Amino acid sequence: MLDVIWLVPALPLVGFLAILLFGRRLGEPGAGYVAAAAVLGAFVVTVGAFFDLLSLDEHHREHVSVLFSWVPVSSLQIDMALLADPLSITMALFVTGIGFLIHLFAIGYMHGDPKFSKFFLYLNLFVLSMLMLVLGENLLVTFLGWEGVGACSYFLISFWHTRESAATAGKKAFVTNRIGDWGVMLAMFLGFQAVGSVSYSALNGAAESGALASSTATGIALLLFVGAAGKSAQLPLYLWLPDAMEGPTPVSALIHAATMVTAGVFLMTRMNPVIAASADYAPQIIAWVGALTALFAATIAVAQHDIKKVLAYSTVSQLGYMFLAVGTGAYVAAVFHMVTHAFFKALMFLGSGSVIHGMHHEQDMRRMGALRTVMPITAGTFIIGWLAIAGVPPFAGFWSKDEILLFTLASSPVLYVIGLVTAVLTAFYMTRQVVMVFFGEARWESHADDHGAHGEFRPHESPPIMLFPLVVLAGLSVVGGVIQLPSFGIIPDGWRHRLEDWLHPVVEPGEAVIKGTAAYDAKSWLALLAIACAVLGIAAAIAVYAKGRAKPFEPELLARGWRYDETVSAFMGGPGRRAFDAVARFDSGVVDGAVTGTASGVRSVAERLRRGQTGFVRNYSAVVVAGVLGILIWFVIIRGVL
Amino acid sequence: MEPTTTSYLVLAALLFGIGATGLMIRRNPLVMFMCIELMLNAVNLTFVALATRFSDIDGQTAVFFVMVVAAAEVVVGLGIIISIMRRRPGATVDDLAELKG
Amino acid sequence: MELIVFVLASAMVLSGAIGVVLFRNPVHAALGLVLTLFGVAVHFVSMEAHFLAAVQVIVYAGAIVVLFLFVIMLLGVDRAEDLTIEPLKLQRPVAIVLGAGVTVLVAGAVVRGADTLGRETNASAPGDSNIRALARSLYSDHVLAFELTSVLLIVAVAGTVVLTRRLKKSEG
Repeated sequence: MLDVIWLVPALPLVGFLAILLFGRRLGEPGAGYVAAAAVLGAFVVTVGAFFDLLSLDEHHREHVSVLFSWVPVSSLQIDMALLADPLSITMALFVTGIGFLIHLFAIGYMHGDPKFSKFFLYLNLFVLSMLMLVLGENLLVTFLGWEGVGACSYFLISFWHTRESAATAGKKAFVTNRIGDWGVMLAMFLGFQAVGSVSYSALNGAAESGALASSTATGIALLLFVGAAGKSAQLPLYLWLPDAMEGPTPVSALIHAATMVTAGVFLMTRMNPVIAASADYAPQIIAWVGALTALFAATIAVAQHDIKKVLAYSTVSQLGYMFLAVGTGAYVAAVFHMVTHAFFKALMFLGSGSVIHGMHHEQDMRRMGALRTVMPITAGTFIIGWLAIAGVPPFAGFWSKDEILLFTLASSPVLYVIGLVTAVLTAFYMTRQVVMVFFGEARWESHADDHGAHGEFRPHESPPIMLFPLVVLAGLSVVGGVIQLPSFGIIPDGWRHRLEDWLHPVVEPGEAVIKGTAAYDAKSWLALLAIACAVLGIAAAIAVYAKGRAKPFEPELLARGWRYDETVSAFMGGPGRRAFDAVARFDSGVVDGAVTGTASGVRSVAERLRRGQTGFVRNYSAVVVAGVLGILIWFVIIRGVL
Repeated sequence: MEPTTTSYLVLAALLFGIGATGLMIRRNPLVMFMCIELMLNAVNLTFVALATRFSDIDGQTAVFFVMVVAAAEVVVGLGIIISIMRRRPGATVDDLAELKG
Repeated sequence: MELIVFVLASAMVLSGAIGVVLFRNPVHAALGLVLTLFGVAVHFVSMEAHFLAAVQVIVYAGAIVVLFLFVIMLLGVDRAEDLTIEPLKLQRPVAIVLGAGVTVLVAGAVVRGADTLGRETNASAPGDSNIRALARSLYSDHVLAFELTSVLLIVAVAGTVVLTRRLKKSEG
């Protein structure tokens, strides 16, 4: 199947075109089935490619498929080519797999929406772009996908665009992403200038062989990180992600939990030789930004009331963990956490979607409670997701988070402490959410009147098509950890480090080696410490929210996200706007002025010359004679004729 | 002293200069026309003087043609002046300043 | 002898020219023009261009100046022009400077190059009279130009007739 790897992006493209042309005729739920089928087809091909790669020798697990020559401009030769190697196939697997499940969920969730087929149009376009992003053989193909997912994110966030907050959120996402895109573009230019190509093999090869100067590598690494910070919502460009919750919940699950936001981590992992060749402070910056973002977002999540906002800030926080891993050289751990996070975060977003659907579009957690009695399957799967993210073994999240913390301690104790504190907070706010939504008293009974004249308001469980993906993802969250089990004695040899072995050829140049460090030797204790933190967080939340032993600590400041968003808006609205107005004035005054100034200059000169046209014949005859005189002077005096 | 070719040429130059000055100074259209005739005559004189000097009859042929064309020009020019001056009796060239920009 | 003729004829030419320029009455200016034309005709004769002298008198002085006088009388522009005022400032000084400049330059150039011109040779073509030589040149070498000038004359006459006719209804 490796030869037909191009089918993987092609199938969603076909789906997109089919819905574009026949969407109205397909209607509901036909358009949804077409879109889901396209993604399922892509998944099947990806699985086939995966097995094909496995059959290859470990050091040659790489297949480049050149589709056509895209930019043939003398020294700049860029092909539309796809690269199938362990990293890209891993990404493609969970993008198409989880994408398919979310398509199924969306068929149920978007039931009754007038723009049903348009939704799936955008979803397929998104999957296409994301696949181009991960399967690209060079930075430009990846960037094509990068921009594509940004555009689709805009379309899908502002899907219900008649609501002003949704339209604004879409714009905000796009603009913030654009700032990141600037970074990626500059990195591309820098790479091309240094190496003469933008293909990964050329850039990474140059970095590994030492042909890439350290300063250039640092520049490329940091510029790409700017792009990653925008796309993957790190400080200071994370502001768009909480607002992006305006979009329908399947969008939040697919784009803002499982796939698009991981594009930044993917890019960093793909370019790991370049990061390894850069100066030491570059990965440190990445690690610190990741850690601080993780902590920052976790503190905000503690005080949110909207069920989706908690998950949004949680996503930002977990992405911070992934960048922390990238910065400390733990690329395998980053990819591992990316995969497990995709499972449980998508699960929880879909679960929240199920809750919202069942509560007739109520999203405030203060009005929920005791929903496990009404929606048992939703509750059960959500609880599994909760345990995974909190870091309780044997669920998937524990293994990946533990791996990251291990590498962090090997790199810097301070970062480790930040990671631990964030883990406690993560367990705390997720427990808070679960308790507020599924346990406790049924607060929705007293708010029945808020939902219109339904008479008796009773939330209900979601239809099977929405529950099926939840169950599948819950299963994956339970067993997902198996792909990278650490080397503890109790685990049989053949089951250890499977992801690491799989990804080894790709991440070898950048992967930190921690065997033999003190942290590695103490890894069993560290695992226990991680479990203890999780238990601490859970217990604290239960004490406050379930048992009511202490008062909830939800200060206004945290609820408003440390006022960061407001500060940025105020700055942009105030001094920022003044600066922009000045630039606009410069443009219209100086630049435009030069052009119109030339025109008016010509006009004023012409005006003055016009006075020469007196209309008097005698003046004209004088001018003629003067001309004759001029010619005579020229020939007789100057040229000296005769 | 005998009149040489040069003397004729100097005379012609003088005649031409007087004609040019008159053209620029006078305001009556007919007198301006007469000044033009003066200039043409100066040219004719030059042609004949040089034709005589170089014994080339073509110079005189040229004068012949100049005269013919001058006649035709006078006819048309006076016709134009008549057409204009009929409408505005007593006008001078300065009043015909419609081409003023 | 030749010198006297030259001087007299030149005096006629120049005084006539100055008369054209300076007489206020256009009729007087026309008379000045006639004097100039006669002077030039005398010069032509002294240079053995007899035919041209005749044509000069007949066509120029006899027809063209008469035409001028006809028009002067027809239009009544015989009112004397007031030469003391000059509505266009600077015109007069500029005119004098330009005219003098042209004259001086040409005359100076001619005088300077007098050596190039050399002695005047009075030898005309052996045997042929002037008119015969002229005719030979006109009808063989320049016959095309000759025909074209005849066309030109017809065009000029026809054009002027069209130009100056009074339109029956509109003109008043």
